[in-house]
Amino acid sequence: MKSAWTARTVDVLVVGSGPAGLAAAIAAREAGVTNLLVLEREAEMGGILKQCIHNGFGLHRFKEELTGPEYAQRDIDLVEELGIEVRCSATVLSVSAERTVTAISREHGLMRFQAGAVVLAMGCRERPRGALAIPGTRCAGVFSAGTAQKLVNLEGAMPGRRVVILGSGDIGLIMARRMTLQGAKVLACVEIMPYSSGLNRNIVQCLHDYDIPLMLNHTVVDIQGRERLTGVTVAQVDFKRQPIAGTEMHFDCDTLLLSVGLIPENELSRQAGVTMNAVTQGAVVDDALETSVPGVFACGNVLHVHDLVDFVSAESFKAGKAAARFALGGARGGRTVAVLDGEGVRGAVPQRIRLPEAGEAVEAVQLLFRPACVYENATIRVLDGDTELIRQKKRILAPGEMADITLKPDMVQRLSGKDITVQIEAGEGVCAWNS
Amino acid sequence: MPVEILIIGGGVVGCAVARELSRLDASVTLIDRADDVAEGASKANSGIVHAGFDAKPDSQKARFNVAGSRMFAGYCREVHAPFVRAGALVLAFDAEQRAHLDKLLAQGNNNGVEGLRMLEQAEVLAMEPAVNPAVLCALYAPTSGLTSPYELTCALADHAAVNGVRFQLNTEATRITRDGSGFAVETSRGVIRADVLVNCAGVFSADLHNQISPRRLSIVPRKGEYYLLDHEETPVFSRTLFQTPTKMGKGVLVSPTAHKTMVLGPTAQDTADALDVATTADALAQVREKALLTWPQMSLRTVITTFAGMRAHEVGDDFIVGETEGAPGAYEAVGIESPGLTAAPAIAQALAAQIAAAHSLTPKAAWVPAPQRPKPFADMTDEERQAACERDPAYGSLVCRCEQVTEAEVRAAIRRPVGARNIDAIKRRTRAGMGRCQGGFCSPRVMEILAEELGISPLAVTKFGGESRVVVGTIADAAKGDA
Amino acid sequence: MEQLITCINCPVGCRMTVNVENGKVVSVTGNSCKRGITYAAQECVAPMRMVTAVVPVKGRRLPLSVKTRAPIPKGSITACMHEIMALRLSPPVRMGDSVIADVCGTGVDVIATKTVD
Repeated sequence: MKSAWTARTVDVLVVGSGPAGLAAAIAAREAGVTNLLVLEREAEMGGILKQCIHNGFGLHRFKEELTGPEYAQRDIDLVEELGIEVRCSATVLSVSAERTVTAISREHGLMRFQAGAVVLAMGCRERPRGALAIPGTRCAGVFSAGTAQKLVNLEGAMPGRRVVILGSGDIGLIMARRMTLQGAKVLACVEIMPYSSGLNRNIVQCLHDYDIPLMLNHTVVDIQGRERLTGVTVAQVDFKRQPIAGTEMHFDCDTLLLSVGLIPENELSRQAGVTMNAVTQGAVVDDALETSVPGVFACGNVLHVHDLVDFVSAESFKAGKAAARFALGGARGGRTVAVLDGEGVRGAVPQRIRLPEAGEAVEAVQLLFRPACVYENATIRVLDGDTELIRQKKRILAPGEMADITLKPDMVQRLSGKDITVQIEAGEGVCAWNS
Repeated sequence: MPVEILIIGGGVVGCAVARELSRLDASVTLIDRADDVAEGASKANSGIVHAGFDAKPDSQKARFNVAGSRMFAGYCREVHAPFVRAGALVLAFDAEQRAHLDKLLAQGNNNGVEGLRMLEQAEVLAMEPAVNPAVLCALYAPTSGLTSPYELTCALADHAAVNGVRFQLNTEATRITRDGSGFAVETSRGVIRADVLVNCAGVFSADLHNQISPRRLSIVPRKGEYYLLDHEETPVFSRTLFQTPTKMGKGVLVSPTAHKTMVLGPTAQDTADALDVATTADALAQVREKALLTWPQMSLRTVITTFAGMRAHEVGDDFIVGETEGAPGAYEAVGIESPGLTAAPAIAQALAAQIAAAHSLTPKAAWVPAPQRPKPFADMTDEERQAACERDPAYGSLVCRCEQVTEAEVRAAIRRPVGARNIDAIKRRTRAGMGRCQGGFCSPRVMEILAEELGISPLAVTKFGGESRVVVGTIADAAKGDA
Repeated sequence: MEQLITCINCPVGCRMTVNVENGKVVSVTGNSCKRGITYAAQECVAPMRMVTAVVPVKGRRLPLSVKTRAPIPKGSITACMHEIMALRLSPPVRMGDSVIADVCGTGVDVIATKTVD
């Protein structure tokens, strides 16, 4: 391949400067990497946190509740203090398996880098209306909740005045409150499942506080409006989530916000040949957050969609540290064992754990996963082959709240080499809805 | 005094006519009711350039289909629109369907279609391994092609515009009356007088025709709904796959598009409301069911969107092209449903020739070639991208990540001769907003660029003109008056 | 008077029944821990909320994100938003600067959560 310029060598290259990218960069610097570069496609650092102006971030990490911009600023200040090079308005175009990265920006034109290690921290995107194939017109006034959030919080624009929200995940709930506070009337939050996937605190503070009805087991079946939205039709759904004829009701509204799923943005990962996991829709990684491509790491929402940014930061610190180790000291060898999703568990990350070699320092491994449905008084079990390693009782487990269970260092030390399984043993509580 | 020609309708046919007429010494204006060209059926079809085996022999459809099909590759090259000679297979699953294919083969040969032949099961599966293995045989039409119908329409409009055609959008023709030897056309923006009229008004073409002709024509709007699937790393199919046609049309097809996405559909539902292009649960379910026959492994996992187009089906089941009966000086292309896209170049050529002869119009001394279309950033090599950035730093600013569209291209789309003035118009010209996230990421930025380029407030930016404003006000407005 | 509330302190979300008489919490049942009682006591007598919003900044496209420095009475949210939406700010504003002192007489300031140069 002809090349008019040689690639600049970078020890660790981080794609994205949201909370994941920032934490990874900070950790890489603190692990001794000086030739470090972060590429960010937007004009400012902070990723999605820039538009999350509500509070609730940082309770675990900082022991105080911050708004999104404030949480991001903590890491941005640290990045600046540490003198980490960040190029904004730079979009990464490709990442190869050999860790060659091309990017483009107004300021620098086309850029090429040869990275010792790459950390993928591109975050996620929202599932659009088109992907749900909701029947009706393609009028103006239908937004994904995150786009509406960007319009309100970063552009100061009002997407509409009479709102129906489809999806009771946190973004939908937050926007229900946001729109109400900024003077709109939110008529209902419509949720296809029998439970909300959002945090309880959001249901209370975003819906109950403003008397916005939460319509469980319902979905939008038609969108009306030739040019601008004029209304939507909502119907109840059965246990197969299919609309029940005769239950249709109409809402006059000019805005439909969709909060119907987040999808890790893995275009670059696929280009690099990273093995993907169909459940998380992110990369398969080991306990160092390394993907199937040597020296390529993934963390944050691009790996699996998180609920708490504190977990994103913790995961990304690990990834950055491991990327630094790889760039400075080379690959880790050794065998890995698989971490399998057992009964009731979806998308356990990491999907592989490396068996420690003799004499090396062993770290704890935190496994993150989503319960397949709502459980009350259930038990999380971690098994090494058939041997139970951990039993942990939990009052409540819900798909909307990522759960975690930690294998302590001594446990990791003693792994037999068989596959690990994470499962949930149901308690007396009901688990009626399997995904 | 130059002859004043008014073209009503800026779909693929109207813009093709405009382009042909722009070669002549005449004063040509094109009006359309929408905020952009291609807003009717021209943006909402499968993009297939039909070989011509499906049209009834000796019909206008057959004549213009086959002629258009032969012209299409060169035509697209001239105006820099995409064209892929992908080929097509009509699948048969039983003896009765095989007999139908035999009829199509004969019909196609009769119509002058080249290269048609029957393939047995093994050959079909060798060509397209993902086809239902229960397929018995197929009619292979190597001349079938794919284009991007809205890109073509925009390219034709631009070519017409640089050769003097005036485009007046947001102008709906409501009434036509004779005015001396010419016509007076009442529109939503005043009366336009013309010597020559060309009615390319799609679903509304019969209404306009009936105002000036003693012959009654009747269009039944016929809705077709589609699924659009994202591009996969390895395309599932390389050719267009048809099922044996039914009385209501060509049946459900499964086809790659000129942009390597995949289209499934269409259905065919007659409706009274020409503007009702809402998709429906029933029709979409039909598409899913029928598509399975061709593609048993069909997965809707990668659905990007669904859409509906309205066909202008004339009850006589054929095109009506030529001078309007009983209205000398008025010409028309009425009832242009499928294979209308394929037929457009040929229809335009025929109408222009007829008009030139009837009104003694001579070719212009200098006819400017179609404006060069710069290579899309998405298709550029690294070297080309670097060079583009050096020429124009706006190439370094990526607006649409899913389709890799840069700021330079968005601005260029607005500055084109018939430029984009709204979000959908930019989408059609650049692909920004057509990808996986359907504008979720890029639309705020596109709005900003539109506002800047057009000198309007971002609040006035619309999705597709009219009342389709994206936002309703600012957060400051919300403070006034509301509870 | 009995109230049914859902605790928001942790994911369990205990559904609690709270008895309030004369503006005082008499009993709380359904909680699993002491934090639930504290939350119930506050929530049923004088519910408090943090309020966050954005304010346009003169000469800037990006609005400024703001928050109440501390939770304010739930009943004051609407009035608080009115004051916030009436604000017209000019740069510079530093993160933490008070942009409204004592919003709606709550004794709580509204502060900037971002710096605008």
